[in-house]
Amino acid sequence: MTDRTPPIETIGAWLLAVLWLMPILFAFWAAIHPPEYLTRFSLFAPITTENFERAFAAAPFGRYMLNTAMLVSGILAAQFVLCTLAAYAFARWTFPGAGILFALVLVQLMVAPEVLIVQNYATVSRLGLVDSLAGIAIPYVASAFGIFLLRQTFRQVPKELEEAAVIEGAGPLVVLWRIYVPLARPVYVAYGLVSVSFHWNNFLWPLIVTSSVTTRPVTVGLQVFASVDQGIDWAVISAAALATSAPLLIAFLLFQRAFVQSFMRAGIR
Amino acid sequence: MRRIPLIPYLLILPGLVFLAAFTHFPALLAFWQSLHSTPRGRRPATWTGADNYAAMLADPVLMKVLWNSAIYAAATIPASIVLAFVMALWVNGRMPGRAFVRLAYFTPTILPMVAAANIWLFFYTPGFGLLDQVLSGLFGLPSTNWLGSDRSALWAVIVVAVWKEAGFFMIFYLAGFQAVPPALAEAARIEGCGRWTYVRRVLIPLVAPTTLFIAVNALINAFRVVDHIFIMTLGGPNNATNLLLFHIWETGFKYWDTAQASTLTILLLVILAAVAAVQFRLLERRTYYR
Repeated sequence: MTDRTPPIETIGAWLLAVLWLMPILFAFWAAIHPPEYLTRFSLFAPITTENFERAFAAAPFGRYMLNTAMLVSGILAAQFVLCTLAAYAFARWTFPGAGILFALVLVQLMVAPEVLIVQNYATVSRLGLVDSLAGIAIPYVASAFGIFLLRQTFRQVPKELEEAAVIEGAGPLVVLWRIYVPLARPVYVAYGLVSVSFHWNNFLWPLIVTSSVTTRPVTVGLQVFASVDQGIDWAVISAAALATSAPLLIAFLLFQRAFVQSFMRAGIR
Repeated sequence: MRRIPLIPYLLILPGLVFLAAFTHFPALLAFWQSLHSTPRGRRPATWTGADNYAAMLADPVLMKVLWNSAIYAAATIPASIVLAFVMALWVNGRMPGRAFVRLAYFTPTILPMVAAANIWLFFYTPGFGLLDQVLSGLFGLPSTNWLGSDRSALWAVIVVAVWKEAGFFMIFYLAGFQAVPPALAEAARIEGCGRWTYVRRVLIPLVAPTTLFIAVNALINAFRVVDHIFIMTLGGPNNATNLLLFHIWETGFKYWDTAQASTLTILLLVILAAVAAVQFRLLERRTYYR
């Protein structure tokens, strides 16, 4: 249905859009102007990068960004390996207990690791991983969602392709690497975008596990900065909030279509 | 006898080890710990049976927390579903600036909740915040401390959650609309039925599965996402914005009462299991209609 939206509703749509952007625009205004323009809106307000400079001088946001970048890429790499292997098994073999094992995997769709913070913290501390990037990552490396998504994709790969490879003497891992993985590339991209944006934004679990500058991801860094380091300097806090979201926002603006399609593909099960 | 293949088990093993260690085992451990006292210093945990559960149910703070969670879920879910539907309906049609409008709706989804919460904290600030400036500037209303008062704090937090979620759910409706046969819109037009009738009689029933999917996700999020509480209110004032998962964190990591936190975790798991069961039933019933 690509009907024209009626004029009245178009106006409504625009009003809602402006309303929706308002908090972000307001923060943006505060971030790029000197503090005295915080509540005075003027076209001639001078533009400054001072708030960003002060935020970066007051807290090691560069380091936090680096931590987050290492964290999300580490999680993604581990998820790709673990989920690919498991999904391949569920998609291409029939074996006793497959149903029960798959049901056990799906439990994680409902019970995410951050629900079980108390027990997972105990586990991570017994492993000696408290306050480390590995400690933040480890509950997430096996993802039920990733296994489910890849299993659905692998099932659609034509059997003939695999049989041809097997006749030529390829083992299961070679078949997986040469046939299944390349054919599922769009799904890996979709899953990757979803995983990266989820873990870039994740907060509660990293908050519990980390306690030092060298491990904190940006979300926790921002919270510490806004609540402890800083008095209430809204211009600087706004600058920090926008700076920490900037990489994702820019990536989103550049690859809008890919993002939206990935989220859609990821959501529809 | 047929040989049982070994390879699939080996392929699943690494993933399942991590899943078991951080999902299944902790869930069972939480149950075990909920039946014991919290070990303190040299005193080990002792078996207390259902005592923790009795204590939990007698706790007035928990009643407040559950009531908050119920209001939070009952408000955020319908609000974000209705908004998502309206947004999708609008940007699905042709109109000037459609790409921009769609972008505006979706952008909050990309923002980390922590950043969004900080931005909203500023937005709500009495005196300085945009909300107060607009309300007092345009309507001459007195300055209000939205997050500081018992009566408005929970609603202020709910608004943030809806703002963050609606654009995300919009894309599922957009996908749902793609699956509606264009012939139906054509037929409706020929029959001369208005846009509202078409939406109510054709569109809404046809995207019912999408609505169910969104509702389940919104329900899970209502119990799982508490990041904004940490930034905006820390559960206050007087527990007015204390939600279940935040309460678990508070009990486990502020008061270090592992046993009580585990008991609360079991309560949360029961709620999530109930959601799963309802979803399963609804999905099953839906297949009968097909």
